[in-house]
Amino acid sequence: MIIGLDVGGTHTDAVLLDDTGPLKEIKVPTDHRDLLHTVTTGLDQVMADIDPQQVQRLVLSTTLTTNAVVQKQLAPVGMIVSSGPGIDPALFRTNAHYHVVAGSIDHRGREVQPIDGDEIHALAQALQAADIRYIGVVGKFSVRNPSHEQQIADLLNNHFEKIFMGHHLSGHLNFPRRIATTHLNAAVYPVHKKFFTAVKQSLAAKGLRIPIRVLKADGGNTRFTTSIDSPGQTVFSGPAASIIGSVGYAAPGTETVVLDIGGTTTDMAVLIDRAPLLAARGVDAGPHKTLIRALDTTSIGLGGDSAVRVVDGDFQIGPRRRGPAMAFGGPVPTPTDALLVLKKLDTGDHERAREGIGTLAGQLDQTPEEAAAGIFDCCCRLILEAIDHMVAQINSKPVYTVHELRDGHRAAPRELLVLGGPAPHFAERLEQLSDYTVRVVPKWHVANAIGAALARTTSEVTLFADTEQKTATAPEENFNKKIDGGYDRQAALTDAFDLLRDKAIRHGAQANHLEMEAVETQEFNMVRGFRTIGKNIRVKVQIKPGLMHGYAKLLES
Amino acid sequence: MLTAPNKTGLVFFPAFDWAISPTHPEREERLLYTQDQVLEEGLFDIDGIVEYKPDLVTAHDIQRVHFCVPDVAAVTTESHLISAGGAKTIGRAVMDRHVTRGFALVRPPGHHAMRVVHGARGFCNVNIEAVMIEYLRQTYGVRRIAIVDTDCHHGDGTQDIYWHDPDTLFISIHQDGRTLYPGSGFIQETGGPTAVGTTLNIPLPPNTCEEGFLYTIRNVVRPILDEFKPDLIINSAGQDNHYSDPITNMNFSARGYAELTALLKPDVAVLEGGYSIEGALPYVNVGIILAMAGLDYSHVMEPDYDAVKQRQDPQISAYIEQVGESVLSIWQNRAAIQAKMQNGENFYRRNRRLFYDTDNITEEQQETIRLCPACSGTWKIDTTSSLGKRILAVHIPRRACSACRRLGRDWYTEAANGYDSVLLQDRPEDRYLTNPCNES
Repeated sequence: MIIGLDVGGTHTDAVLLDDTGPLKEIKVPTDHRDLLHTVTTGLDQVMADIDPQQVQRLVLSTTLTTNAVVQKQLAPVGMIVSSGPGIDPALFRTNAHYHVVAGSIDHRGREVQPIDGDEIHALAQALQAADIRYIGVVGKFSVRNPSHEQQIADLLNNHFEKIFMGHHLSGHLNFPRRIATTHLNAAVYPVHKKFFTAVKQSLAAKGLRIPIRVLKADGGNTRFTTSIDSPGQTVFSGPAASIIGSVGYAAPGTETVVLDIGGTTTDMAVLIDRAPLLAARGVDAGPHKTLIRALDTTSIGLGGDSAVRVVDGDFQIGPRRRGPAMAFGGPVPTPTDALLVLKKLDTGDHERAREGIGTLAGQLDQTPEEAAAGIFDCCCRLILEAIDHMVAQINSKPVYTVHELRDGHRAAPRELLVLGGPAPHFAERLEQLSDYTVRVVPKWHVANAIGAALARTTSEVTLFADTEQKTATAPEENFNKKIDGGYDRQAALTDAFDLLRDKAIRHGAQANHLEMEAVETQEFNMVRGFRTIGKNIRVKVQIKPGLMHGYAKLLES
Repeated sequence: MLTAPNKTGLVFFPAFDWAISPTHPEREERLLYTQDQVLEEGLFDIDGIVEYKPDLVTAHDIQRVHFCVPDVAAVTTESHLISAGGAKTIGRAVMDRHVTRGFALVRPPGHHAMRVVHGARGFCNVNIEAVMIEYLRQTYGVRRIAIVDTDCHHGDGTQDIYWHDPDTLFISIHQDGRTLYPGSGFIQETGGPTAVGTTLNIPLPPNTCEEGFLYTIRNVVRPILDEFKPDLIINSAGQDNHYSDPITNMNFSARGYAELTALLKPDVAVLEGGYSIEGALPYVNVGIILAMAGLDYSHVMEPDYDAVKQRQDPQISAYIEQVGESVLSIWQNRAAIQAKMQNGENFYRRNRRLFYDTDNITEEQQETIRLCPACSGTWKIDTTSSLGKRILAVHIPRRACSACRRLGRDWYTEAANGYDSVLLQDRPEDRYLTNPCNES
């Protein structure tokens, strides 16, 4: 049996399931001041009357690190950044203890300027004196040659509790994002470690030794033990659980839009043959542009509690939420009130809802029913427009080869999967107003917890080989090997898949069911003076997000 | 988070699957390290830098500029349609005010492609700047346009296309034609008899340093631009003046290119040549993008940059000042030179022999232009290539007077036998026709 538990903004959902399907679902209120209590309460309830020996795994999706980032409750970090020429690295300052040091590596991974050991020693003393315990070390082009980051970390070792190096966290190029990512990982490390250690202890106190897993922003899980080396992967994992909880209901072989209609926002994602699209560069949350792998989600300020006004003879819905619906004691009319007037919902105070919608109707010389229908349609149209916009954005992503530009895939989703409170009502109207086939996700109210429980272990490996310099490097995996002139794309893929297999199993994947794929394979002849001097090879392989092997069928039944 | 003072559009299209031949300078690898540098610097994350996917240009877009022999499809590949399309995408983004300026970092290049295209010259098939410009003129009604070509090689294709167009100021700054392909671009090349002075050439001596380039922009190019008052400034941003370029002999730098861009303030920059793919392009392109966006580029520097080597020989400086004075004097005396060239005649003829180095074709041309008092004059080219085709190409300019429009149409319909085909560029009507006998 598996337990999936998702801590949401208002509620925390937990499910217990086995290979026959969900056995038990519970919902408890989220107490943001005491998430540990929230989680243990949820676990106690979902496990009541269950033999704990039967629980093989507990997967947690929490807002812990996200809250730490949003509320700026971050641990003090010592950032050591070596850049060399380019944009002034001072512009990428993340925090108070941000230090730019000597050292420079070029685009092919060649050393341009060495690091200065004395400078690092002096910095180590200063950071220790400032009582800094967590360190981030980042170099420009460190994913091409991590030696400078490694040297700096070695010089600092034994003086600090935990050192994060940029090249371990992502194999992608993007120095400013590498800086932000490394800082974020170091800054949420203590809170992440403390929380999950506490969960473990609380379980142990009850005699339970259930392996804990953590849901990441890319919709995959990883063991708690591996997550402490990249705790930043849990930041902004919010929408991932619901999307993964929906993929099993998408028709195979088609393109699908998942819509999670909440109180304040509607979150959207595109699935291609049940695989959610990943964000091109990484988590992109406001000022936090990172290399953290994440699902490509779009959020619009429209939900059941969005404030509705009349502006210039038309309804304006959202993007602000001013409180709950009037039917539930809120200050202004909302789409939820409109659903009550239309008799699509039967909870809450009908009179208050009618009164609120009536005020808007009065401004337009309409009956409350007409106004409610207008508001509802307006919501549906805004959602459909946002879907069009999102799909257009996906299709306008630049490509860099003639082949891709001419024959590249164009996303054209045909179905919508809707979840969230008013899902059934919206589904019906969205289908009437569009060409999409629209369905409601069964068990949508716990799809998030199901998603957490059934997510597979995802992983990615980037490998870069340069036969002139005779090296193949997979920075995230500490892989560096001497190669000869015969090393080619195929050899690079073989190495990359071997590394991915090891990494995925280490992180918790089922060894017999690794769905590995190559995302990118490029091989260039390097020509100098009309002579080929070597090959430049770039390979990216991954296990993409989706459901664990053997569970997709279970959801269909 | 970094924010660009000038909202800047970028099309980055490295064509990683296209090459002229495996070891040709114009090969798959050319923008690989530029991509690495641009990605690693995080330029696409800067608030105010917008990346666009290139559109493809149509055959019609190309026919506005070129007489393609035998037709557009025969002399272009998909990659040319995309690279010209990238320039067009940026031009549109600027005209639609989605961005204040933009840079098309595309390949293959285009500035050696002339009006008549029998094949590839200097790695170029179609002139991507001209295709963009004529599209913008047609779509947005822009009239006065300046092109400043800062590629190390003379932009002979662009010069040829705008030779008779007084609305297009073409200034090429390049390594002296006595020392480098294509061997043209001398000070005396100043445009056709109805457009004298709107073609200007500034040939610089080998080993010109930052000082020489920036002197020329400040003291020659900027004053002329300020007087011409173009509606748009286009920069053909070749990057082969760099000290590390393998096929040229200049001594320019990445920061120098950035400063040049900041001085020139182009609305649209389009990549042309530049073949120091590791030592120059990654740094030059970052410098140009930062300068376009109005961001600080003072930390952009090549790993092997040496300030001592940038000290310009005083003799070179003196020579460059002289060149500048000659060019300015031509610009100031352009009306007189034009009158002398026209010499009261009604028509003007020139005969030329052209060579297509990339495709190894020779072409013989006889060009006739009407010296019209009311407009820039209809012209025609009788061209024969070593591939054996003889073509008559007739061009009616955008703002042709009615007499010139009539003349152009007459030349087209009344062409004598002996041509493999007769082509008409009717710019006022935006129609491009082939062989009048086929139409009836």
